[in-house]
Amino acid sequence: MFHYTFHWNQAFQKLPQMLDGALVTVEIALASMVLGIVFAVLLTGARLSGWRTLSALATGWVEIARNTPALFQIYMAHFGLGSFGIHLSPFTSLLIGITFNNAGYLAENFRGALKAIPETQTRAGRSLGMTGVQAFGWIVLPQMLRISFLPMTNQMVWAVLMTSLGVTVGMNTDLYGVTQALNAISFRTFELFAIAAAIFYAITKIITFGARLLAARLFRY
Amino acid sequence: MFNTSLGIDDLIFLAQGAGMTILVTAIAVAIGTVLGIAFGIFRYQAGPVLAAPVTFVLDLFRSIPLLIQLVLANAFIGTVLRLKMSGFTVACAVLSLYTAAYCAEIVRGGIQAVPSNTRRAARSLGMSWFQDMTHIVLPLATRIALPSWIGLALGVMKDSALVYVVQVTELLKSTQILITRLQEPLFLLLICGAFYFIISFPIARFGGYLEKRWSND
Repeated sequence: MFHYTFHWNQAFQKLPQMLDGALVTVEIALASMVLGIVFAVLLTGARLSGWRTLSALATGWVEIARNTPALFQIYMAHFGLGSFGIHLSPFTSLLIGITFNNAGYLAENFRGALKAIPETQTRAGRSLGMTGVQAFGWIVLPQMLRISFLPMTNQMVWAVLMTSLGVTVGMNTDLYGVTQALNAISFRTFELFAIAAAIFYAITKIITFGARLLAARLFRY
Repeated sequence: MFNTSLGIDDLIFLAQGAGMTILVTAIAVAIGTVLGIAFGIFRYQAGPVLAAPVTFVLDLFRSIPLLIQLVLANAFIGTVLRLKMSGFTVACAVLSLYTAAYCAEIVRGGIQAVPSNTRRAARSLGMSWFQDMTHIVLPLATRIALPSWIGLALGVMKDSALVYVVQVTELLKSTQILITRLQEPLFLLLICGAFYFIISFPIARFGGYLEKRWSND
């Protein structure tokens, strides 16, 4: 049928290396997600604080993260900071880039979630003697995280997919980087990348399925 | 940093890159939207079992990094099928399907948001399925779907930065070429980022405005 001989065996022999790469990919995605949530909460807090400069800075972060390509953000972390004499490893640049992106998108999701939480919740907290920060942290934040659980899952999938961009700044230990390096040796482009695609697909399915189980467990009431 | 050696030729080079970004995005969004509407309606009409193959394939486009999709498509067309196809064609084809996968989801969501009683009322007035679709579902679903569709179109523009892997020189790639030559990464990246931002930000704001305006009634 095709004038091409598939060499699946040759590619499958590299599977252990690729799975190691997949582990790195998941690690980066998880780390960027945890950091992203922390920064997104801080950004949301900054936007709510009513402090002009702080709120403007936070809005600027969110808008830049949402309105420029993720690849651009990774380039900025790698080459942009590099021109200030800050030379980061590909791993760090990638992590910073994805975290920046995640934080921006999540902060916007959180803002949407906040609209669903009645103002009276904060007021009730305040009238119990809580400070503004306490009311946000103990009353609003848990509800906000709960409402934005599904968008967070989507963002996690995005984070996994975005790790593939690390190769552009010289990352060679994540799944895409490993595949690229193997491809440079064997030139079995189609076979290798098809396997990488299958692994990526499996990872995203595990995340969405796991999140569904977790949601069923967490949000029973 | 302000002592730049960026010449007028380089600016034209950047503008060409920007033009390529817009061209690829426009083609992908146009084809992807048409396909996405078709797939979305099919998925809604056919029910979960019949539509399963389509759902699976569309899901693949959303669960595999675009970079890998492009590399795979290029390798498949170039080395397996041995077809001579330009990187531009491959990029447009992959991006179109990628857009269609997301668009189908938006369309399906839009159709589902139309209350079934409204549609039954239309059908019992003697409207055909097609009339129901064009006169009842289309206007109502558009209100739900259009803001997300604007977001999708902007997302595709940003993701089109990845088509450099199939040798298409779009904005980010032309920036990178200039960085290698001029060694002024920060300045060039800021120009490039500003371009994306200037296009994306007002349209995103408009989308947000539409969403807010249309959600109240």
